[in-house]
Amino acid sequence: MQSSVSAAGGPVAPVPRLAMHFASLEVQNHAARLGMWLFLATEILLFAGLFICYGCYRFLFPEAWAASSDTLDLTMGTVNTVVLITSSLTAALAVHYAKEGQNKMVAIQIALTLAMAVGFLVIKYFEYHHKFEVGTLPGRYYFYDKLQMPGAPLFFTVYFCATALHGLHVIIGMIVLTFAMVRALRKADFGPNNYTMVELGSMYWHLVDLVWIFLFPMLYLV
Amino acid sequence: MTPSSSIASPGAAPAHDEHHDHHPSYLVDGTTIKSWLLTVDHKRIGLMFLFWVLLFFLVGGIFALLIRVELLTPGPTIMDAMTYNRTFTLHGLVMIFLFMIPAIPAVFGNFMLPLMLGAKDVAFPRLNLLSLYIYLGGAMLALWGMLNGGLDTGWTFYTPYSTHTTTTVAPVLFGAFIIGFSSIVTGINFIVTTHTMRAPGITWFKMPLFVWAIYATSCIQVLATPVIGLLLVLVTVENLFSFGMFDPARGGDPVLFQHLFWFYSHPAVYIMVLPAFGVMSEVVAAFSRKNIFGYRAVAYSSLGIAFVGFFAWGHHMFVSGQSTFVGGLFGVLTMLVGVFTAIKVFNWVGTVYKGAVDFKTPFAYFCGFLFFTVFGGMTGIALGTVSLDVPWHDTYFVVAHFHFIMVGATIMAFLAALHYWFPKMFGRMYHEGWALVSAALIILGFNATFIPQFLVGNNGMPRRYYEYPERFQALNVASTAGASLLAFGFVIIACYLTYALVYGRAAGKNPWRSKGYEWLTESPPPTHNFVGPQPTYPEEPHFYVDPKKAEVPDAV
Repeated sequence: MQSSVSAAGGPVAPVPRLAMHFASLEVQNHAARLGMWLFLATEILLFAGLFICYGCYRFLFPEAWAASSDTLDLTMGTVNTVVLITSSLTAALAVHYAKEGQNKMVAIQIALTLAMAVGFLVIKYFEYHHKFEVGTLPGRYYFYDKLQMPGAPLFFTVYFCATALHGLHVIIGMIVLTFAMVRALRKADFGPNNYTMVELGSMYWHLVDLVWIFLFPMLYLV
Repeated sequence: MTPSSSIASPGAAPAHDEHHDHHPSYLVDGTTIKSWLLTVDHKRIGLMFLFWVLLFFLVGGIFALLIRVELLTPGPTIMDAMTYNRTFTLHGLVMIFLFMIPAIPAVFGNFMLPLMLGAKDVAFPRLNLLSLYIYLGGAMLALWGMLNGGLDTGWTFYTPYSTHTTTTVAPVLFGAFIIGFSSIVTGINFIVTTHTMRAPGITWFKMPLFVWAIYATSCIQVLATPVIGLLLVLVTVENLFSFGMFDPARGGDPVLFQHLFWFYSHPAVYIMVLPAFGVMSEVVAAFSRKNIFGYRAVAYSSLGIAFVGFFAWGHHMFVSGQSTFVGGLFGVLTMLVGVFTAIKVFNWVGTVYKGAVDFKTPFAYFCGFLFFTVFGGMTGIALGTVSLDVPWHDTYFVVAHFHFIMVGATIMAFLAALHYWFPKMFGRMYHEGWALVSAALIILGFNATFIPQFLVGNNGMPRRYYEYPERFQALNVASTAGASLLAFGFVIIACYLTYALVYGRAAGKNPWRSKGYEWLTESPPPTHNFVGPQPTYPEEPHFYVDPKKAEVPDAV
């Protein structure tokens, strides 16, 4: 609504709104950050349940899991890991620029992050597509001839549950970051004392990255 | 101490404060439907939670009565076996997920926590409103599933049965998953509120004990709920698509389900009971007119229960084939919960000792609570012993035990809280005589319902069974009779509280002459909790100088 294009990169950051029930801005920002950390803890615990399933069945079917793991495309997984870690860097840079009030750079960095997120999902799509063709699918849908061992379908159950849940988080993270990008472009009001939104979005994105850093070695490497 | 004593109001932007001359109470500040449904006021949200929680309590209670009527005779009485399975599933599901877990935190936690911390609201008011609607959305989805086909797994959804049954598992489980989100959001909100919103003067060890209890509860909610969230999604997926995660035919492990399920559901017991302990700490101090005995011990033991509660889930699997060593280990860890609970019980008794007891309704519920906690807790210690658990496992003894500790203690605390804080919430008093009568009925009725179940369970009657041998009938009839007494008590409460809402005499600011922080403001409180500057907090909560003189903080 307000035209604030003129002040791109300038230090003219409007003072953020202090909600009526907080004593000061510091307290308000502290509360937002604490809330986000707690939320991220619950997200990690959500994935922890899947990690326990993974550990349990890997212990029960060690050979089948090693053999199933070999069928995954290591190249695609590695590329995806690199893409995602790089996107975490640009997300962090967005926070850096938000602190300095360079709203245009914030938008650019987030756009780069989003582009890499799309790249990640596209690669993931090709991986899924391949699995649907050869039949390395969960439970009763499994029809891959070259690997017939008890426990192999279970590996793909865990694989699909974990990567699908992670993929869902990628999409949610993209939505969150898009909101921050739109705000950086339209209102351009991020600045030294108003960057919480970018920071929290970026924190969420780091979580998405972190979970993948655990999933990748578990599923592809070990 | 007068609330008008000035304290430098920290740099709050005055632009958002409206400066009216009179400050209407939160109940009448905005009377449109919209002003309620879209409110961000923690007090209104607490009240709306109260409405829904009571409604679901009614639903769960009606189904409890249906179960008791069915069990009047050894054979079929009023329903067929499948309906019976669906009925006890619905009873458990509604009572646990829709009533017991949100009852005290979402209603009284929401209402009292900011008042007790001297805050104008919780840290994230809009998130708070969202948690109400998430809860309702999940509840509606689950109930819709229950009414369209129903679910016959029991509220524990044990696999592999729950992944194979043709009844409507998916919407119910997904509904429970959504309700879990509400629980997480509320927990995060309360933790952040406690950390960041304490008024100047309220240090950690000057927080009321109810706040400590809610804080510990919130920690459990935040740490345990995501795990069951994931589990419910996995079971839903498995039921819909047969992925085989917990299906032994496809290599899955049903015991893994039990581990993940009880990792949440055992701490969930403390989500129900810890707030109850918190309420009782407030009530016992207020009606003994004495400072709580061993404040720090009570505060720390809440955190202790929250911590140890996470390591006790394995006692649900004593007969699942886990090793004797693991069984013993979980037995010992289970008993540690008893140690922390005993600390609290001793401190409550120590508070009453030589106090100037004012035997009002909340104190009557405290007495019932003490009995249920000690009795239920002792049977819990007994069940935590592997050798005793094996014959009692899945009998009515277990049913009676968890009803005593979970339902008995929590209902006592819920009713105590409802009566203790009723004047604060609505500004009116209820009829003390009727309240004491119904308290006596409820406590008696509860004992009459569940003590026969201990006996019938000890004689070997299994839980969840539709038919039973002739020799169990006398005790089952006694149990049903007790249940009807209990129901009658609740009807009386509903009558006089509804009457008091409209015709009750004005309560005044602090009818109990309590020293709790929440009584420093008006009853009912104004929208932003305080008129004028914030009250100051020079004293600890529950600070009664001399119980015999019954020092009065504020003349009514």
